[in-house]
Amino acid sequence: MSASLETSLGGPRWRRSWWYHAMFYAQTWRGSVASTVLFPIFYLAALGVGVGHLVSAHTGLVQGQTYLHFIAPSLLATSTMQMGEGESLWPVLAAVKWIRTYHAVAATPLEPEDILVGKLTWVVTRAFATGVVYTIIIGCFGALHSWWSLTLPFLGALIALAFSAPLVAYAATAQSDASFTAIYRFAFVPMFLFSATFYPVSAYPADIRPIVQFVPLYHGVALARAAAFGHGSIAPVMGHLAVLVAMAVGGVLWGRRTMRRRLVD
Amino acid sequence: MTNGHILQADQLVKQFGDIVAVSGVSFAIDRGESFGFLGPNGAGKTSTMRMISAVSRPSSGTLSILGLDPLTHGPEIRGRLGVVPQEDTLELELSVRLNLEMFGRYFDLPRRTIRERTAELLAFAQLSERANDKVDNLSGGMKRRLTIARALINRPEILILDEPTTGLDPQARHLLWERLYRLKREGVTLVITTHYMDEAEQLCDRLVVMDHGTFVAEGAPRDLITQHSTREVVELRFGTDSHEELHYRLAPFAERVEVLPDRILLYVDDGDDTLRQIHAQGITPTSALVRRSSLEDVFLRLTGRTLVD
Repeated sequence: MSASLETSLGGPRWRRSWWYHAMFYAQTWRGSVASTVLFPIFYLAALGVGVGHLVSAHTGLVQGQTYLHFIAPSLLATSTMQMGEGESLWPVLAAVKWIRTYHAVAATPLEPEDILVGKLTWVVTRAFATGVVYTIIIGCFGALHSWWSLTLPFLGALIALAFSAPLVAYAATAQSDASFTAIYRFAFVPMFLFSATFYPVSAYPADIRPIVQFVPLYHGVALARAAAFGHGSIAPVMGHLAVLVAMAVGGVLWGRRTMRRRLVD
Repeated sequence: MTNGHILQADQLVKQFGDIVAVSGVSFAIDRGESFGFLGPNGAGKTSTMRMISAVSRPSSGTLSILGLDPLTHGPEIRGRLGVVPQEDTLELELSVRLNLEMFGRYFDLPRRTIRERTAELLAFAQLSERANDKVDNLSGGMKRRLTIARALINRPEILILDEPTTGLDPQARHLLWERLYRLKREGVTLVITTHYMDEAEQLCDRLVVMDHGTFVAEGAPRDLITQHSTREVVELRFGTDSHEELHYRLAPFAERVEVLPDRILLYVDDGDDTLRQIHAQGITPTSALVRRSSLEDVFLRLTGRTLVD
């Protein structure tokens, strides 16, 4: 058998899983690209221009920005979060239980960790690409005020990973998708609405603010605004980054265990 | 360490919590051999298969696959195996061709090699004309052949098949068996689980009969039948439910009598002769059938249960 000679292309094994996701996306991308480009345009037009007209008539600027400029960065944060979520719950349960494609992969040279890392690096790749598109569109609406805006795609990738990693880990333990709908309705929709996405956290009563600041997406939104406007100070920015990094690292460590238990035990 | 065996297991155990799925089985498979695990659902066949696929770790015991230890050389071993799981696990949204090509990448095969092998395997699986169709639109038999073709993309030295023909119609099964014979002739070692005794008789040079996580018999299908059963079996059905009483009346005519819920089996050497004697005694079954002994009878003999409930 000359198999070992033929297969010596090199590189870490997880890249094969990343490549598979990319190829799969290349086969099915058409619908999602239209929505990736059109959604932020609709969103900024409806909320930024439409609602923004009302806001400026009543309260003027929000934290020194027009309403459109104020909400534009949070759009990038919420969208990359949703992308990370959408890639992680149902697709992973399908791969470990319904269609069992991950089980097929576990019978190839890949280890469960390779499958996990390939998946997450793909989510990061896609979130980065989405971040680039969104940054350009937000820029076209004139909402970028700082060279720090160039970090927005990286921030989008981090936000997606921070949500994707724990959700992949959780989905690998699930027996049905019953809990997924609850997670979506009672965690992701409220996070999308209440993470100081559409108005500053100062709009909340003082007692409620700490709760909002505890919500993971809040940190993503705060970072996106800091980058777009270029006026975050170092301590809170590091704090927000630490929360997202901790979620990502915790998710990866948990996912290593759950994927191994699901696929090879 | 391996004594030339391509696969060797010694006192293999697989435990899930308190449940013992496989309790200390030992076996050795030679290169080019086709080896079967026959047993009912829940006998521990799939757990055994997952261990010898270098996917799941044995709870205890030792295992050598291709002369390597799966605990330390898992990826290397899996690169030289082909696994056909019980479910097809195909990518339904993708074309037949892409299912093969993209899977080949998991083995890090060069693009050119993958393209060449994909063409060969499409022909082998008789799917060349469906190459660009979505897998979702294929019949059950076609999906199964594609799953086997996919398992061959890395030219495996051992092909492991878990229940290869469950759920297929007779024509699709025979086509699949014929493809597996071809692989066997080409020197591929086949390891098969099945709960169909006809499949085990057709495909396996040697097999083990598995029940409750252990082996209850081991040998060539014909030898097992000679060893554990008679040459022929008379199957009698009666309209009445008084099988117990019939049991006593029929006992003198056979070496052994098995009473099943729907029929009575007489183990004899000459079925037609037995049937004549029964009729002469005035015993009149509503239907009677004489057949050769099969692995089903071996299993019944060894476990007191039928293979397929």
